[in-house]
Amino acid sequence: MRKVLLWLPLALFGLLLGVMSHGILHPEQTTIPSKLVGTKVPQFDLPAAVPSHPALKSSDLASGKPALLNIFASWCLPCIAEAPVLEELKAKGVTIHAIAIRDKPEDVARFLAEHGDPYASIGSDISSRVQISFGSSGVPESFVIDGKGIIRHQHIGDIQAQDIPKILKALEEAR
Amino acid sequence: MIAELGLGLLWLAAGLAIIQSVLGMLGLWQTNRPDLGNAVRPVAVAQAVLIGMAFCCLIYLFIVSDMSVKLVAANSHSDKPMLYKVSGTWGNHEGSMLLWVAVLAMAGAGIAIAERRVRRDTLIATLMAQGILALGFYAFLLFSSNPFERLNPAPQDGQGLNPLLQDPGLAFHPPTLYFGYVGMSVAFSFAVGALITRDVGPAFARAMRPWVLGAWVMLTLGITAGSYWAYYELGWGGWWFWDPVENASLMPWLAATALLHSVTVLATRDALRAWTVMLAVVAFSMSMVGTFLVRSGVLTSVHAFAVDPQRGTFLLALMLIYIGGALALFALRVGTVREGAVFEPVSREAALVLNNLFLTVILGVVLIGTLYPIVAQGFGQQVSIGPPYFNPAAGSVALMLVVVMAAGPLMRWRSDSAPKVLRRLAIPVAIGIVSLLAVRLLAPDMGVLPWLGLSTALLAGTGSIAPLWKRNLLRTPLFTWGMVVAHLGVAVALAGMAVDSAFYKERLVAVSEGETTEVGPFSVKLVSVEPVIGPNWTAIEATMEARRGDGRPFTLHPQARNYSTPPTDTSEAAITTHLDGQLYAVLGKQGKDGRWQLRLWWKPLVTFIWLGGFMIALGGLLALVGRVWRERRGAKSAEMAA
Repeated sequence: MRKVLLWLPLALFGLLLGVMSHGILHPEQTTIPSKLVGTKVPQFDLPAAVPSHPALKSSDLASGKPALLNIFASWCLPCIAEAPVLEELKAKGVTIHAIAIRDKPEDVARFLAEHGDPYASIGSDISSRVQISFGSSGVPESFVIDGKGIIRHQHIGDIQAQDIPKILKALEEAR
Repeated sequence: MIAELGLGLLWLAAGLAIIQSVLGMLGLWQTNRPDLGNAVRPVAVAQAVLIGMAFCCLIYLFIVSDMSVKLVAANSHSDKPMLYKVSGTWGNHEGSMLLWVAVLAMAGAGIAIAERRVRRDTLIATLMAQGILALGFYAFLLFSSNPFERLNPAPQDGQGLNPLLQDPGLAFHPPTLYFGYVGMSVAFSFAVGALITRDVGPAFARAMRPWVLGAWVMLTLGITAGSYWAYYELGWGGWWFWDPVENASLMPWLAATALLHSVTVLATRDALRAWTVMLAVVAFSMSMVGTFLVRSGVLTSVHAFAVDPQRGTFLLALMLIYIGGALALFALRVGTVREGAVFEPVSREAALVLNNLFLTVILGVVLIGTLYPIVAQGFGQQVSIGPPYFNPAAGSVALMLVVVMAAGPLMRWRSDSAPKVLRRLAIPVAIGIVSLLAVRLLAPDMGVLPWLGLSTALLAGTGSIAPLWKRNLLRTPLFTWGMVVAHLGVAVALAGMAVDSAFYKERLVAVSEGETTEVGPFSVKLVSVEPVIGPNWTAIEATMEARRGDGRPFTLHPQARNYSTPPTDTSEAAITTHLDGQLYAVLGKQGKDGRWQLRLWWKPLVTFIWLGGFMIALGGLLALVGRVWRERRGAKSAEMAA
C-alpha cells in the first residue's frame, strides 16, 4: 500500500502536466459557434440588477432593432478591461443590454460608477441560470441579437478594441 | 563583436555544464577514483564565471544600445533612461532566461566553494543535479531563444519597452522573483542529491536551509513589490486580483513557506524526512509551473507579457524531465530512507505539521482555481474564476493557519501538555475573543471575512511577540527575532487587508476646475489640469489640493500619460501616504461639458499590507543571518576543540 502511495505524487504531477499540455495544444478560442446561434433567445425574465437601470426579459431583445447582450460581473477582471470598449460601441450607436452574474446591487453600482456605464438595461442573474441557458459559462461574454430576438453571433471573453469592426459587422448583418 | 563573444561564452558554459554532470555521475559511480568527484567543484565555479561574463556582455550591448542585436532592437530605445536600458536586459524573455541560468550557476559555485556540512558524495550528487538543471536551460537559450542574435540590416532605433514596465520598482521585480526561483532550484538539487545518496538527515536540512530562507525572502519581497506595483500602476485601487500571474508567484511562495518550516523540523529534530524532500521538489515545480503560466500564454492575464506557445512547450518538456524524474526517484528511493524521529500530537512538530497541511491546502486551492479554466476549456466551456472562489476558499484556511502560527512557537519540541500550551496562549486568545465581540459591536456591517481577519490579526499579533516574554532580549538568538518579526508581519499584513477591505471609501465624480469634493475624511479640490511632457511621453496632469478636516493642505498630481513608442495610454495614480492609510487619486477623461472625471479612494491602513510583507521578508533575512552566523561560530569552536 505504502509502495503505491509513493507513486501518487508522480501520478498527480502527470495529471498537472496533462492539463498544462492541453492548454498549450488547444489555445483559448474567442469564438466558438454556440448551438444557440441562429435560434431564438431562451425565455427569461430577470429583475433589475441596480435601481438606476430597467430590468431585462427575453421580449426586450425582440424590439425590432439589433442589440448587443453583454454578460458580465462586477468581480470579473476582464470585464473591467472590456468596459471602455463597450463605451466605444455605445458611442457608435449600439444598444447594449446586460446580465450581471452572481452580483450584488451595490457592487454593480460601484462597477458602473468606476468603469463606465454603456448599458440600456441590466438584469440580475443571481444563480447563473439564464447565463447557462444561453450556453455561456464564463464572463464576460456577448451575443449579437437581431430585431426578432434571434442570436446571430457569440463572442467569448472580453471584446477588445480590435474586435469592434467584427461586432459592428455582425450587428449590421443582423439588421 | 561583443555579441559573438557573449554567444561563445554561453556555448563554453553549456559545455562545462555537460562536464559537470558527467563528472558528477562518474564520481558517484567510480568510488575508487576520487579525482573524478573532486573535479566537480572547480568545474562548477568555472561555469559560473563564464556565464556571468556572458550576462555582462548582454548588459553592455543594452547600455551602448547596439541595435544590430535583435534583442536590443526589440526591447530598447536610445532615448530611454539609463536605468531602464540596463533593466531592459532582463525585461524580456531571452535576457531573463540568461539571468536565470547565470544566477543558477552562481548558486552552484556558491555551494561548490562554501558547502562543508553535507557528506562528500551528497555534495557531488547535488552539483551534478545542478549541472543537469542548468543544461536544460542552456539548450533552451542556444536552440530556441538566443539572446545574442544579430539583425541585418540594423534598424535606426529600437522599439522601446512596454511603458507599463518603465518603473523603477519593476526594473527589480523580475530579478527578485528569479533569485527566489533559483534558490528553490538549489533546494531541489539538494533534495535530489540526498535521495541519490540516501542521506536525508539533519545535515542535509542544514545545508539546504539558507537557500530556502534566501529564496523565500526574495519571493516575499517580489510578491510584496509586485502587489504594490499593481496597486499604483493599474489605477484600479486594488492590491490583489487573483490574476494568473499573481497566483504564479504566490504558489511557489506557499510551497516555500511550508518547506521553510519543515526543513527546520528536519534540521532540529530529524523528523519529517520524506515530507521535506517532497516539499523541496514541489516548491521547485511550482516555480516552474509559475514560469510556464506566465510565459506560455495559456491563461489570459491583466499583466501583459510577450507570450509564445513554443516556449511553453519547451518548459513543459523540461518539467517532464526534471520534476517527473525527481518524483520517480522519490518513489523508488524514499522507501529506503530511515524513519525519522517521532513526536507527540501536542508538540511544536505537530503544530508545524498542521502549518504544512494548511499551506498545502491553500496551495491546492490556488492551483485548482488557476488551472480550472484550462480544464473547463477541455470540456468545451469557458469559465472565469475570481475572488468569489478564491477569497472564501483560501481565506478561511489562511485564518486557521494564522491561528496555528501564533500557537506554534509557544509549544515545546517533541511533547508538550495541552493545558500548559493553553495557559501560554491565554492572553492572545483573550484578545482575539474580545476583539471579535468589540468589532461586531463597533462595526456591525463589517463582512465576515474582514471581521474574522481583523480579530485573528490581533490574536496573532500578540501571540507572535509572546515568545519574547520574560526573555533577555539581548541574548535572544537572532533567528528567534527573525521568527517573531516575520510572524508579526503576517499579523500586520492581515490587519491591513481586513481594515482596508472593510472600511475603504471611494468616490467617482465629475468636477470642473475649482470645484471641491469629499472622500472619507478628506476634502479634495481640483485646482487645474495642464499638459506636461516627459522624456518619452506626454501627459495631462491634474493639480489637486487636499486637506483633512482643518489640517494642512497638500497637493496631488495624477496624470493620464501617453507613450509614443509603442503608443500606449497609462494612468499614473497620485498617492499620498498618511499614518493611517493612503489617499489615492486617478484622473479620468474629460466629459463633453468640460468637467473632469476623478476617481478618489481613501484606503485606511492599506500600507500595513506592504509593511507586513516587508516585515516578513526582514524576519526571513534576520533568521538567515542568525543561522549562518551561529553555524560559523559552531564550526570555529569545533575546529578549536579539535
